[in-house]
Amino acid sequence: MTDITPHGSQPAKLGHSPVADVPHVLRATDTNPKAAKRAERQVASMFLLSIILVIAFIVCYVTIDKDTVVYIPVFGEVALLTIMLGLTSGLSILLIGAGAIQWAKKLMPDVEVVQMRHEMASPADATAEAAANYERGKEESGFARYPIIRRTLIGAMALFPIPALFLLRDLWSGGLSGKASPDEILSHTLWRKGERIVVDETYQPIKPEDLPVGGLVSAVPANLMEEQELSGNLDARGKAAIILVRMDPTEIVAQQGDGWDYQGIVAYSKICTHVGCPIALYEQRTHHLLCPCHQSTFDLANAGAVVFGPAARNMPQLPIGVDNEGYLVALDDFAQPVGPSFWERG
Amino acid sequence: MSTTSPVETAGAGAATYVDQRLGSNKFLARNLGKVFPDHWSFMLGEIALYSFLVVLLTGTYLTLFFKPSMVEVIYDGSYVPLKGVSMSEAYSSTLDISFDVRGGLLIRQMHHWAALIFVASMSVHMFRVFFTGAFRKPREFNWIIGVVLVTLGLGAGFSGYSLPDDLLSGTGLQIARGIVQSIPVIGTWGAFLLFGGEFPGTDFISRLYAIHILLIPGLILAMVTVHLIMVFTQKHTQFPGPGRTNDNVVGYPLMPVYMAKAGGFFFIVFGIIALVGGLVSINPIWVFGPYTPDQVSAATQPDWYIGWLDGALRTMPNLESHIAGFTLSWNVLVPAVIIPGIIFTALGAYPFIEAWVTGDKSEHHLLDRPRNAPTRTGLGVMAITFYLLLFIGGGNDLIASAFNMSFNSIIWFLRISYFVLPPLMFVLTRRICLGLQRRDREKLLHGYEAGRILRLPHGEFIEAHEPLSVKELAVITSKTDIAPIPTPQKTDIDGVKNKKYAIQSRRSKLSHFFYGENVPLPSAAEIEAGQAHVAADAALEAPLHAYEDADQISTFHGGVLHHPGMAATNAEQQNEH
Ligand code: HEM
Ligand code: FES
Repeated sequence: MTDITPHGSQPAKLGHSPVADVPHVLRATDTNPKAAKRAERQVASMFLLSIILVIAFIVCYVTIDKDTVVYIPVFGEVALLTIMLGLTSGLSILLIGAGAIQWAKKLMPDVEVVQMRHEMASPADATAEAAANYERGKEESGFARYPIIRRTLIGAMALFPIPALFLLRDLWSGGLSGKASPDEILSHTLWRKGERIVVDETYQPIKPEDLPVGGLVSAVPANLMEEQELSGNLDARGKAAIILVRMDPTEIVAQQGDGWDYQGIVAYSKICTHVGCPIALYEQRTHHLLCPCHQSTFDLANAGAVVFGPAARNMPQLPIGVDNEGYLVALDDFAQPVGPSFWERG
Repeated sequence: MSTTSPVETAGAGAATYVDQRLGSNKFLARNLGKVFPDHWSFMLGEIALYSFLVVLLTGTYLTLFFKPSMVEVIYDGSYVPLKGVSMSEAYSSTLDISFDVRGGLLIRQMHHWAALIFVASMSVHMFRVFFTGAFRKPREFNWIIGVVLVTLGLGAGFSGYSLPDDLLSGTGLQIARGIVQSIPVIGTWGAFLLFGGEFPGTDFISRLYAIHILLIPGLILAMVTVHLIMVFTQKHTQFPGPGRTNDNVVGYPLMPVYMAKAGGFFFIVFGIIALVGGLVSINPIWVFGPYTPDQVSAATQPDWYIGWLDGALRTMPNLESHIAGFTLSWNVLVPAVIIPGIIFTALGAYPFIEAWVTGDKSEHHLLDRPRNAPTRTGLGVMAITFYLLLFIGGGNDLIASAFNMSFNSIIWFLRISYFVLPPLMFVLTRRICLGLQRRDREKLLHGYEAGRILRLPHGEFIEAHEPLSVKELAVITSKTDIAPIPTPQKTDIDGVKNKKYAIQSRRSKLSHFFYGENVPLPSAAEIEAGQAHVAADAALEAPLHAYEDADQISTFHGGVLHHPGMAATNAEQQNEH
C-alpha cells in the first residue's frame, strides 16, 4: 500500500497531531552485539526446552500409571498423570509463545510505523455506480412493474419457514388428540388412594411407629420401581418424591385438607414450587423446609406455607393414612400440581 | 547479508503457485505491512479468541469419548466409590474420560477452564470497548456482534456444563426447565417439546449435545470470523498519544512484529490453560454423583457467568398472579426472562442510543479516555454495579454462612441496593470524571504540579510546576469537545409551529445531560500561554537549583527549600520573633 511509511528506522511521524514526537530510544540489543547474541541464545533455549518437554510428556504418558494418586498441598489428592501431562505439555506450549515474544521484543524492530486511514464510506462515483446498477436491475427484472408478482413473492417468502415449525412438533410425541396434554400430565403423579409410602432407595414400607416425633424420611410410592422399569426414565420420580415428617399433633397449625396427617405425620412434596429443585433441609425445631437452590422456606406445620424466598405457592401436601396392615399409604393424589407453576395451572 | 534458504525458495514458489490461481499476492502486498496498534487492553479480545480455539480443540477430543445418552447403565470403571451404581451413559462416559482415558481429565479440565476464560475475557473485552467508546461509528456492527457473542458464550457454557448429567448440572437443567415453564402461553408446551416430555425424560442430553458441539460453536465461529474481518478492514482503534490522530494508525506491522507477538501470545494462552487444566481441579463430577430429580447437593452453585441470573432468581419477591384461569409467575419471569432480555437489548442498542443523543455522526478511531465521556462512564459503572449486586445475590448462602448473617437481611439489603447503589455509583463516577477533566485543564494551563513549594531567597513562595511530557500533552489534548444539541425553537422565524418540538427538545435535554457539564479544553493560545508560564517558572527555579548546588540547601519539612541561614518553617520563623 502506498501509504505505509517505510519502516527502516524512523520513529512514528507526526500526523495532524499538535504535539511533537517522542524520540526513539535504542535498545541494548540494537547497540550491543553481545546483548543481541544473548537474546538470540535465550530465544533458542526456550524453543529447545519446549522440544525437551514434549519428550518428557511422552515419557510421563508411558511410565506413569493412570491410577497413581499423590497428595500435593493446596491441590489435595490428585492424579499424578494428569499433573505431569499438564505440566509438560503446558510448559512446552508456553515456551514456544515466550520464545516468540522475546524474539519480537528483543530482536525485531521496535519502531512504530504509521499508516493512514480512509473514510469507510465509498467514494461518490462508486455509490452512484452501485445505485445505477441497482436501478438497472430493478428495471430489467420488472420488480416495480409487476405488483402481482412482487406481492405473491413476498407472501411465498413469508410462508416458506412454516413447514420447519411443523417439523418441530414431534420433538414431543404426546399431547395428540386423546392423549394427555402437558398440563394434565403435570397435574398427576403416581400417588393414588391406598398406594403405600416406601422409603426412597430401600423401598421399605413404613409403619407410623417407625417414625419418631421430629423424624424425617424421604419417600416414594411403592409402585415407582415398576414404573421406572417400564418407562425407562426418571419422570415419575421427579414428581412423586415426598418428604414425611412427624411432629407433635398439637404443633400442627394448619393443613391443606382436614385430617391429611396421620397422628402428626405429614407428607409434603419434595419438589420446590419455585423452579423445581428437590428440597433437602428440614429444621425440626421450626418445622421449616429449606430449598438449597434459592432458599425458599416452607412451614410444614402451617400447610406448607411459604415463609421466605422467591417461591410463590405452598408446598403441596399429600393426604395420608394407614392400610389394614398398618402401613402408611396415600389417601389420594396431590390436590394440586407439584413443582413450578405453569401457564395453564390456573 | 541476506541469504536465501531452501525454505524461503520453497515459500516463494508456493506463494507464486497460489497467486497464479487466486491472485493472493495483491492481498499480501496490501496487508503484510498492515499496522496494528499496541496496548495491553487489546489483548483481552485476543485471549477470548485463543481460549475459544483451545475450547474447539479440546472439545473435539472430548467428543471422541463422550456418549450423549441418557440410557441407564451400571458403572464398572475404575472409580471405586461409584462401582455398581446405576447412572446415565453420559455420566459414566464422563467418568471414563476422567479416570480411564489417560490425559482425559487434563483435556476435560482444560476444556472447562478455557470455557471460563473465554467468557471472562470476552466480558472484560466488552467493558474495554464500552469505556473507551470503541463502539462508535463506524464500529456499531461489531459491537452488536460482540453482544451476540457474549450471549452465545453463556449458552455454550451452560449447555456444556449440563452435558455430563451429574447431580449439579441436572439441578441446573431442572431450574432451566422451571424457567421455560414460567413463560406465558407457550411455556408449558415449550418445555415439553424441548425435553421430549416431562423432566428429565431421556431425550434432552442428546439434543443439548447437538446444540453444544455444533449449533453454538458454529455460530460463534461464524460471528468471530465476521468480527475479525471487520476489525481488519476498519483497522484497529488506537489510544491517544504522540503522533496518533483520528486519521492514522500507529503501531507495528503485521509482518513480523505483530505476527510474532500475537502468534506467541496464542501459545502463551494455550500453555497457561494446559497448566491450569493439569494442576487445578474443576467440576469434579464424581464427587456430586449421578443425576436424579429428587436429590440435590447442599450448596448448589452454577459456573460464575450464570451467577447473576441465579442472584436475580433468589432476590425476586414471590409474586404470582392468576388471571382468568391462567398463572403468571412473575417471581420467575421477571428475574430469568424479562431482566436478561432488557439487559441484552439495552446493551445491543447502546451505540445507537448514544449516537442519537449526541447527534455525533463522525467516525471515531481515536479512543476516548473514560473521563472524557463522564455520562457514558457513569452508565457503565452503574451497569457493573447492578451486575455485581446480582452476582452477590447468587452467593447469598455463602455470604450468610461466612458472615453469619440471615438470608432475610442479605436479601433486603440487595433489594434496596438494586435501586440505590447503581444510581449512586453513576453520580459518583460522573463527578470523578468531571474532576479529572478539571485537573487535566489545570495541567494544560499551569503544567504539572511538582509537589514542591519553593521559597525564593527574597522570601516569596512559589509552587514549582513542571511542563507536561510530550506524551501527556498528546493524551490530554486528544479530548474532543462536542457541543450539546441546541434547544429547539417552538416556532420558526415565520411563526410556523415546529411539529417535532417535543422530540427535539427531549433529545436536546438528553444531549445536554450527556455533554452539559464537560470541562472544555483551553484554547490553543491559552495552552501556549500556560506552557510559557511554566517555562518562566522553571527559569525562576533554575538559579535556585544552582544556589542549592552551591550551598547544599537541603530539602526538609515537606519539601520546602531553605537556605542554611534561614528559618526552617513558618513556625520556626514565628518562634524567632
Ligand atoms: C466445537 C466446540 C465444542 C465441542 C466439540 C465441545 C464438546 C464438549 C463435550 C463432548 C463435552 C462433554 C462433557 C465432558 O466430558 O466434560 C463438553 C463439555 C463442556 N463444554 Fe464443550 N464443546 C465445544 C465448545 C464449547 C464452548 C464454546 C464452551 C463454552 C463457552 C464449552 C463449554 C463446556 C463445558 C463448561 C463443559 C462441561 C465440562 C465439564 O463438565 O468438565 N464447550 N464439551
Ligand atoms: S427452586 Fe427452590 S427456591 Fe428456587
